[in-house]
Amino acid sequence: MRPHDFGIHPPLFYDLSRLANTMLNSSLKQLSALLAAKKISSVELTGEFLKRVKALNPDYNAFITVDEKMSLAQAQAADAMIASGQARPLTGIPIAQKDIFCTKGWLTTCGSKMLSNFVSPYDAGVIERFNAVGAVNIGKTNMDEFAMGSSNETSFYGPVKNPWDITAVPGGSSGGSACAVAARMAPAATGTDTGGSIRQPAALCGISGIKPTYGLVSRYGMIAFASSLDQGGPMAKSAEDLALMLNVMAGFDTRDSTSLQRASEDYARDLAKPLQGLRIGLPKEYFVEGMSADVARAVEAAIGEYRKLGAETVEVSLPNTKLSIPVYYVLAPAEASSNLSRFDGVRYGHRAPEYIDLNDMYQKSRAQGFGAEVKRRILIGTYVLSHGYYDAYYIQAQKLRRLIAQDFAAAFAQCDIIMGPTTPTTAFALGEKSGNPVQMYLSDTYTIATNLAGLPGMSIPAGFGDNNRPVGLHIIGNYFAEAQMLNVAHQYQQVTDWHMRMPDKLTA
Amino acid sequence: MQWEIVIGLEVHTQLSTRSKIFSGAPTAFGAAPNSQACAVDIALPGVLPVLNRGAVERAIKFGLAVGAKINSPSIFARKNYFYPDLPKGYQISQYELPVVAGGSVKIQIGGDGNECEKTIRLTRAHLEEDAGKSLHEDFQGMTGIDLNRAGTPLLEIVSEPDMRSSAEAVAFAKTLHSLVRWIDICDGNMQEGSFRCDANVSVRPLGSDKLGTRCEIKNLNSFRFLEKAIDYEAKRQIEILEDGGTIRQETRLYDSDKDETRTMRSKEDAQDYRYFPDPDLLPLEISADWIEEIRASTPELPMSRRYRFMARDAASYVAMLQEHLDIDFEADLHDWVQQTHREIIAPDTQKTYALSAYDAAMLTADKNTADYFEKVINDVGSANTKLCANWMTGEVSGRLHKEALDIAQCPVSPAQLAGLLLCISDGTVSGKTAKDVFDAMWRGECDGNADIIIETKGLKQISDAGEIEQLIDGILAANPQQVADYRNGKEKAFNSLVGQAMKATKGKANPAQVNELLKKKLGNL
Amino acid sequence: MSLSLDDIKRVANLACIEVSETEAATALTQLSGIFGLIEQMQAVDTSAIEPMSHAQDVVQRLRDDTVTESDQRELFQSIAPKTEAGLYLVPKVIE
Repeated sequence: MRPHDFGIHPPLFYDLSRLANTMLNSSLKQLSALLAAKKISSVELTGEFLKRVKALNPDYNAFITVDEKMSLAQAQAADAMIASGQARPLTGIPIAQKDIFCTKGWLTTCGSKMLSNFVSPYDAGVIERFNAVGAVNIGKTNMDEFAMGSSNETSFYGPVKNPWDITAVPGGSSGGSACAVAARMAPAATGTDTGGSIRQPAALCGISGIKPTYGLVSRYGMIAFASSLDQGGPMAKSAEDLALMLNVMAGFDTRDSTSLQRASEDYARDLAKPLQGLRIGLPKEYFVEGMSADVARAVEAAIGEYRKLGAETVEVSLPNTKLSIPVYYVLAPAEASSNLSRFDGVRYGHRAPEYIDLNDMYQKSRAQGFGAEVKRRILIGTYVLSHGYYDAYYIQAQKLRRLIAQDFAAAFAQCDIIMGPTTPTTAFALGEKSGNPVQMYLSDTYTIATNLAGLPGMSIPAGFGDNNRPVGLHIIGNYFAEAQMLNVAHQYQQVTDWHMRMPDKLTA
Repeated sequence: MQWEIVIGLEVHTQLSTRSKIFSGAPTAFGAAPNSQACAVDIALPGVLPVLNRGAVERAIKFGLAVGAKINSPSIFARKNYFYPDLPKGYQISQYELPVVAGGSVKIQIGGDGNECEKTIRLTRAHLEEDAGKSLHEDFQGMTGIDLNRAGTPLLEIVSEPDMRSSAEAVAFAKTLHSLVRWIDICDGNMQEGSFRCDANVSVRPLGSDKLGTRCEIKNLNSFRFLEKAIDYEAKRQIEILEDGGTIRQETRLYDSDKDETRTMRSKEDAQDYRYFPDPDLLPLEISADWIEEIRASTPELPMSRRYRFMARDAASYVAMLQEHLDIDFEADLHDWVQQTHREIIAPDTQKTYALSAYDAAMLTADKNTADYFEKVINDVGSANTKLCANWMTGEVSGRLHKEALDIAQCPVSPAQLAGLLLCISDGTVSGKTAKDVFDAMWRGECDGNADIIIETKGLKQISDAGEIEQLIDGILAANPQQVADYRNGKEKAFNSLVGQAMKATKGKANPAQVNELLKKKLGNL
Repeated sequence: MSLSLDDIKRVANLACIEVSETEAATALTQLSGIFGLIEQMQAVDTSAIEPMSHAQDVVQRLRDDTVTESDQRELFQSIAPKTEAGLYLVPKVIE
């Protein structure tokens, strides 16, 4: 069911206190404890969150599909698991799923008209993993169309609003997931990140999000944007919640050739480690032009907090940083142009109602099914791969990609972890950049390079900038350093409460 | 002006794996439409390819068999174009780094005593996925798409433009066809599309070393069409050039009903395929150990087996092989050829048969025939090699051909045939009678046991000298006229007397003995 | 490098996306801006650098040649725009 299909409008004065504030801000661990102690059932918990979604979603548009029946059926099954003593971490916890993950029996749109009628016949690897532990799917979240965007304005289902300021964007492409967690419509959510799509909306909405090392989370059933950059990951209130989410999401999948065969690990194992002696690298290129003053202030303050926790800072250099946007806007569109060729109106998805012949059917179905940003990127990608341009663009970009990866390798020889701002500014206004693709692309300046290198990156709330809009602290780790990054984030969250803040109007 | 025809072939062989190249769907032919097209094959959003080990193994096997280099790593690339039977909007293929590079195949050309060998160089062979099928029968005025074939593994084998006539092209295609079945990587079923050829054809003035503009003829699925399409196309090009025209580079289709080729698309509207490395697939690395393992399991190859059948002894066999392997290639490739063949030549160089080139070629046309032959020889001994070869290329092959059977389906087993041949060689039956025995064996009489058939039918040859002498005496006495004629120099009369002797014994008399005794008697009279 | 309207149309045609004259003109302006950004790449000498296709330096994993998928045609075709007799239907393909 789509949000506008809810039919009846929610009651004007929805009693937000029904889901007690404490529960709104409860960690996944606390919710699990409540479920385990039978203080609340999964059906009740899910029901409460569903009511909150019903009340808030019309204003925020965080969900594309909500299906109470299917969610509650899962909750019922989870309660049975708990009752029979088979509960596992996250059993019975409602999770919002980005609408990029194919979910059997659920409309899976990827934010596009092209898939506005696509009920997935199968589950993505990530969805299977949540199902296996008995987590509850509370709905499919809104997103930039095919994950192409940094503001959630490219969604066929309309923009998502930022819970901190309804006139601001939530970021993108995982804007619906970020909004859902920030507005406490779900305790946690999934996202995907090709150039910053988990971290940038997490930063703009004041929540935590981590993009793992490329290859850690299965891409099977995660609708591809740019295969060599796409990576799924969790979005939640805190680092501790992210660790529990990642424990479910990460793992080898034989159906994804790029999935890494590694021993499974507990990403929560190092949360409590003290940070004494941690070497934080501060890339000098991140602290120059482009960053707005309020973001700079918040990030400086956060780094000051880390020094108090015993960490030391060193200046590092990532000299090719400025090339990451040009490189990204060659490689990602190139891969996307090919990945999106399967949407031709033959086997599923949108087919133009009228056409004169086969070619016309292709041309019209795709012209109607894709939005402006998606078409723009398909055109760029097709161009850079076309005869005579391949070497100058595609190969050159792949070579620079190596240089960018080498920059990080050199930096990690001098530090344990890299920090900086997640975004150059706080959330911008809806419509502010939607007419100017180049300006929009520049909002991913700090996040893109980690995707190119395949490194893990995360964003955690680090206070507020002007107009009370959240600022995100960007943490980049070395390959497979997720447990360490979560530890670094968790320790900060032990001494700050930014991650517990909620927009006033959304509290009871 | 004299023209030279230049031909290169691209051959698509479907590899005989159980499952598809990038998915776990079955590859069986003839299933209900789209019942063997899984989520990956129909390119649902989010699905990903994982490479089938069996397909890679078969590609390596082929590479070893043609003395090629096995590239490691090799890279999978996407070939982008829109077509309804191509679900992803791109075909996963190999472009810059194919799994197999170089190699060569020797073909037999000429005939009637002018047989000779020619080397056809291979450019490469790469792995790719097949497309689905478009069914053009009318479905509400629309085309139906069946994706069962989508994702079937193909090995595309590309030759250098080394062929100079349609006959050479057919010989090459047949040699490849036989080779891929021999090493068991493809069932070779051309009706089902398991083996399909595209031909690149150009012409140039004889003596020129510059290649003419070529046209590519697509999808030739029989040797006859391949031959006719090339002949037509060469004639078309020559006529254009002789009229002072120029050839347009284009892709053409062969219409077998009209026996002509026609334009499919010209170079100008040729697709821009936008090849790039598939980000969903990683570099394919093939270890030396794996190659060795496959080398060890590869059967003796048709070429070396043919030489072994022809050789008089081990020494002459090795000499023939050395001559065969003396291919004028770049040095590194040459090393590869040497190394490859040294490992997979005959396991037993002692088994040589001194067969004629013709017999050897016939008996190594496919692996089952060669195996059959050697099984028979094993039972009848090397003294009967020629007899065995004659029977296999004559009676056995003729009968199989007549009934459209494969040697594997032959109702007479090697052991049964050996039983019959031993009866011939020891004089139990004459060659002529043996054919009747063979007929009976073919029909499965007496469990195909030659001895029992001869016994029960009383076909045993009369070789008792006394008995034959008695018979001849009788015939000479009864035919004084023929005896006189013979004496007067009429040789025909002799044949008539032999005929009568054979007739009297219902063909069972040993003809050699009849001849000998008759001559003796007539001389003595 | 400067893009032309013809480039836009050629590429749109390759990508099978119908574009009107107005759309093509808008796309030209926007893509020219984006390529302005992309052109920064050309300033770097990369002659000695190997292209990087994958984030991880790993090789292709192979699956065993076994059939793991069963017929799901009915389910898959339940979401197809047009089918008949188990076939996906498209406007007539002319060879």
